Amino acid sequence: MTEEEWAAVRLSLLVATTATAASLPLGIAVAWLLARGRFWGKSLVDTLVHLPLIMPPVVTGYLLLLTFGRRTPIGAFLADELGIVLSFRWTGAALACAVMGFPLLVRAVRLSIEAVDSRLESAAGTLGANPLWVFATVTLPLSLPGVIAGAILCFAKAMGEFGATITFVSNIPGETQTLPSMIYTLTQVPGGDAGALRLTLISIAISMLALLGSELLARRIGPRRVAT
Amino acid sequence: MSFGVDIDHVREHFRLTARFSSAPGLTALFGRSGSGKSTLVDIIGGLIRPTRGRVAVDGQVLVDTDRGIFVPKHRRRIGYVFQDSRLFPHLSVRNNLLYGRWFAQNGGGASGDLAAIVELLGIGALLDRRPDSLSGGEKQRVAIGRALLAHPRLLLMDEPLASLDEARRAEILPYIERLRDEAGVPIVYVSHSVAEVARLATTVVVLSEGKVTAVGPVLDILPLADATDGGGVLDATVARHDEPFHLTVLASAAGELQVPQLAATVGTHVRAYIRARDVMISLRPPEEISALNVLPGRIVAIVASPNGAQADVRLDCNGATLMARLTAKSVQRLALAPGRPVFAVIKSVSFERS
Repeated sequence: MTEEEWAAVRLSLLVATTATAASLPLGIAVAWLLARGRFWGKSLVDTLVHLPLIMPPVVTGYLLLLTFGRRTPIGAFLADELGIVLSFRWTGAALACAVMGFPLLVRAVRLSIEAVDSRLESAAGTLGANPLWVFATVTLPLSLPGVIAGAILCFAKAMGEFGATITFVSNIPGETQTLPSMIYTLTQVPGGDAGALRLTLISIAISMLALLGSELLARRIGPRRVAT
Repeated sequence: MSFGVDIDHVREHFRLTARFSSAPGLTALFGRSGSGKSTLVDIIGGLIRPTRGRVAVDGQVLVDTDRGIFVPKHRRRIGYVFQDSRLFPHLSVRNNLLYGRWFAQNGGGASGDLAAIVELLGIGALLDRRPDSLSGGEKQRVAIGRALLAHPRLLLMDEPLASLDEARRAEILPYIERLRDEAGVPIVYVSHSVAEVARLATTVVVLSEGKVTAVGPVLDILPLADATDGGGVLDATVARHDEPFHLTVLASAAGELQVPQLAATVGTHVRAYIRARDVMISLRPPEEISALNVLPGRIVAIVASPNGAQADVRLDCNGATLMARLTAKSVQRLALAPGRPVFAVIKSVSFERS
């Protein structure tokens, strides 16, 4: 494997890990709101969360460019005040992957929270736990299998994200050239087939490892989610 | 310690109106299913917000709809033992028990409490087990312990024995009695079982179709309660044992009762529950009859069943109340009427120690 190919693998792992880690807390919070909350505009929030799943990835990428581009108000603010540049950087790739993976994460976590017996939550309340503690000590531990599944889905989506990433941050070797972008590039040049195949195999291996890891984790946590 | 309830709650086609204040000890909310018992405890516990009214415990107002007060359940310090134990499946028995301690304000000396409550409920051997490996009776005992360890000032129990079979009930009842007598926490106990109420209650609140129909001490109220399984309660003490015949003689206000031998020492206070269908009535002292227990009394009231086939005859036996369930035909044949002196022939007695 060439140094360039390794760089793409490393970058993809970094981008996917960052995207998953960053969207996890927000995703759990949104999933909890959607599962247990009763508020005006809930279906609007639900639709917004699912939007990246149904829109063409290129559209999502373009919207990100319009929102977080260097010369947009938000992009300029982030760059000047906080020193965060997203466009054409790996951080931008992470943002694109996080946005694309978010609906999958929220969906899995939400289903899992909805499956938690709410009678256990009210029992915890009578024992003195405020709603935040009830969530931390009862709801979250009991929905952990769903949280893991959601995180793995998000990670897998981020590893494979192509359309939104390439639209938002382009395909710059060493900076934004992720594994899928590299495979795409290799298929466009003469003699790139061998490299594309190598990366494809690595991509499959990473996906399988992630899935295996989640299975093992889920088994360790075990099926003890119902009230007894 | 006292608590008072004065609420109206409307839910679809059901209206619950309840107004009573409680005495120390165990207050039983008694009534058929659908009478509003569980809704009432949910309101006291803060799981339901009543449409209108007031709930106060220990002088602290927990709910007052007029003043817009509603203390959320986690700040009420009211323990709740549910019909389904609701133990946390991801925690060990020990951590289930200690759950409330994380939040109890007066957490001092709590480890001593754990030992005491584990001993009181006999759950020492279960501490490291998972809830899903416990039997129904064990789960309920752990649930009771968990509620107690949160230092409640009031304990609600919503049909804690309803999902258990007879043997498991018998296993738990003594613990609830000890709780009532030793833990010093007033208890509100929901039940539709006359036997449970007769055995456990200090005060009874009878609910029927969303209304409180009677409130008072168990000995006065229970015979009046509208129940399919009606009966009377006698407070008695063990007078002596009749060893050759394996009998125990009890002294009560109504007279002496001979019952199958009890494993209780002389002088022990017991509460006898006599089901209405186990009592016959005779106009004269019956002679040459197999029944050992015949108590003289006077008819207080006769209540016919809705379909007219049966009647519950309420008797005053020297201050104690007994119920007899007879056919309407018998009532007519014997010309029974209030005020008439009769003899109650008791076929069997279920004994509840207290």
